Amino acid sequence: MAESKEDAHWRKTTNLMLTHLGVWFFFGFIIHMFVNVLNKVTIPILGFPLGFYMAAQGSLIVFVVQLFLFARQQDKIDREFGFAEDDA
Amino acid sequence: MATQTTSSSEAFYKQLGRMYGTYTGAFIAFILLLALLERFGVPNRILGYLFVFFTLAVYAVIGIMTRTAQVSEYYVAGRRVPAFYNGMATGADWMSAASFVGMAGSLFLQGYDGLAWVLGWTGGFVLVSILVGPYLRKFGAYTVPDFMAFRYGGTFARLLAVIVLVCCSFTYVTAQIYGTGLIASRFLGMNFEVAVFVGLIGILLCAMLGGMRAVTWTQIAQYIVLIIAYLTPIVILSTMRYGIPIPELTYGQAIADITAREGQLVADKLATLCTGTACPPGTLKPHIEPFLTWSPLNFFGIIFCMMVGTASLPHILMRYFTTPSVREARQSVAWSLFFIFLLYFSAPAYAAFSKLEVYTNIIGSDLKSIKPWLFTWGELGLIRICGQPAASLDAVLAACGKIAGHGGVVRFQDFFIDTDVIVLSTPEIAGLPYVISGLVAAGGLAAALSTADGLLLAIANALSHDVYYNMIQKMRETSRNITIAVIVIVVVGGIVLWLDERSPVFGIAWRWLLLGGLAILAAVVWPFWGKANDVARRLIVARVLLLLVAVAAASTASTRPSDILAMVGWAFSLAMAGNFPALVMGVWWKKTTTAGAICGIIAGFGLCLFYLVTTRYFPGFGVKYAGMTSLLNPATGVPVTDIAKAMAMPNAMEMFPTLAHPLANKVGWFNLNNINCGLLGMPLGFLVIIVVSLFTKQPSAEMQSLIDEIRKPRGRTVLEEKTS
Repeated sequence: MAESKEDAHWRKTTNLMLTHLGVWFFFGFIIHMFVNVLNKVTIPILGFPLGFYMAAQGSLIVFVVQLFLFARQQDKIDREFGFAEDDA
Repeated sequence: MATQTTSSSEAFYKQLGRMYGTYTGAFIAFILLLALLERFGVPNRILGYLFVFFTLAVYAVIGIMTRTAQVSEYYVAGRRVPAFYNGMATGADWMSAASFVGMAGSLFLQGYDGLAWVLGWTGGFVLVSILVGPYLRKFGAYTVPDFMAFRYGGTFARLLAVIVLVCCSFTYVTAQIYGTGLIASRFLGMNFEVAVFVGLIGILLCAMLGGMRAVTWTQIAQYIVLIIAYLTPIVILSTMRYGIPIPELTYGQAIADITAREGQLVADKLATLCTGTACPPGTLKPHIEPFLTWSPLNFFGIIFCMMVGTASLPHILMRYFTTPSVREARQSVAWSLFFIFLLYFSAPAYAAFSKLEVYTNIIGSDLKSIKPWLFTWGELGLIRICGQPAASLDAVLAACGKIAGHGGVVRFQDFFIDTDVIVLSTPEIAGLPYVISGLVAAGGLAAALSTADGLLLAIANALSHDVYYNMIQKMRETSRNITIAVIVIVVVGGIVLWLDERSPVFGIAWRWLLLGGLAILAAVVWPFWGKANDVARRLIVARVLLLLVAVAAASTASTRPSDILAMVGWAFSLAMAGNFPALVMGVWWKKTTTAGAICGIIAGFGLCLFYLVTTRYFPGFGVKYAGMTSLLNPATGVPVTDIAKAMAMPNAMEMFPTLAHPLANKVGWFNLNNINCGLLGMPLGFLVIIVVSLFTKQPSAEMQSLIDEIRKPRGRTVLEEKTS
């Protein structure tokens, strides 16, 4: 049976969701598990230890950028299937 | 964003931009004016009052100007708040007194481990946008329980959701009102109890007449105040020290200096290092070294619970009900995080600059060279040296003189600073004029008030929209009258029975004061009630409940409950265990059944609540009957309390013990701190939902197609479709 428009839309949406959850999990948790290793690296000029920097700023910047990107990508998927709201 | 908005909303947008632009300009002009007044010798106390009352008056004027008589305006601001502005409002809604005043202090004390809060309180917005928020917007709810009731078959699910909401929001709002009292009493020298009720009036003026609509526009105004107040002192400090006005970049150098200084303090025997073998209180925890305050499990647990809690807290989710479209709801989450990020990525800079100041100019220096700014905070007991409040140089010299072998130089272990002081004292550390301190106080107040507004509205809306309008009003007349009578009896009885020990105000006992207030309220509302139509009655109920919840929260706050700050952390875990599984599965798995969700909410929320209450209030019972063991010291892995010895003491089974009790907050399962109880509750909630749903009958085809509708942004909201 051919996939309905709803199902195809939801499959793409789900994939996008999983991708972004993966990014979120990596920058929310995984990278901070290596804080001791990363702290051995110092960011040139600024002087931050890298592990500290990631928790204090790096991951936060990723989250902000990720959210703007997600809003755009999800909108693109919605438009592709004609499910997006009109640009009234 | 601008390319996607309409011509009419573009006009609205431009008008908003002009309004808030003017407002920001006026606020900056006001600061400069006060700075000028300070030059002319106007006393600090007067400047402080001017700051606080001017800003409060502005919020009140906005609140009164945006009053409304329409239900959808009251509950969701008419769903026309543009993404950008809703982001600002959410930022103010989100950042509480604790974020503004307390977070930098936690980072100061906990170093790297404190970053768990920074991460946890930002990353959650990713989950809001991806998993929950936009779908609830498409559904068209007024409240979070609305969605639960629709998706999970009505009244019982609604009631459960209301219980979860009230449990996690009430303690939270109490903490905010407590925060307003603290800030106002500290800066204006007001009596704490009076300050609490001044804060209460500020909150009510914003929220009562216009509901969500008024709260939205005041929160934007409050965001502008709080972000200017937070960034100004630290930008000036960074410019003075490093010549670059971007503290977020320059504090890297401060951290390197702190690390160097820490080594020197230890070498000079001015501090003992906290190590993996010995880490008693009073030892130095290197600023960048991880896992000395929290074990890795608890560190990542806090991040996880705060993040998932963000995506479950009703006062945050309901902000995304107000955008004009699903698309803008998503953009709005991104803007929210951007505006929150501006504050959160600056907090570690505050901590680093203060720490460097303390480590270089206080610790290791002669007692006689202590700078005078310190004594202002010492008088309030917020800075202690040698175990005594550092109220004056003589007091410090006397206290340290009593310590055997004290060389007259401040050692690391001699110095204690309350976390709240870090942000509040930065202007003084930098030697800035008092007007900046007043600005910081106004910012802290804005943070506390805006969060209190959002929370209060979430609670009152759940009571008025969910309990009153959707449950009580829809009953048959007899059962409705009985229900109302029972509620009145419980409330009045509760006041009479429980409030008897409270200290009298103006010579009148608290309970009679409250009952008198209720009677006056009833007398005022009664004439309106008779004449009102259904819509007007809904709004009367909404406002009366808002007033009652606010008074209840303020009177709780005025008793200074000891656990109030810890309870804010608990709210995240409770929300996460109670709401998250049911919300996410409701959207993402069509086969989630009513029975599954209800069992999941009860199991997850129940387990989390059980763990919190047992470890804090019944620790002896937890050890004896639930197999709990001592938590471990994160640095050394040694149990924090000797269970066998504590259980042999006569007070081992004491109920509701103080924090000094040898077991309270010190026991648990798997070395899991109770703030992380969501880590137990949420997985259980998911598991129960899945298992029970697999064994119960699938949701109807009609329900499944409605879920399809929730997933598609296009079209009218699901609730509109159903009711038309």
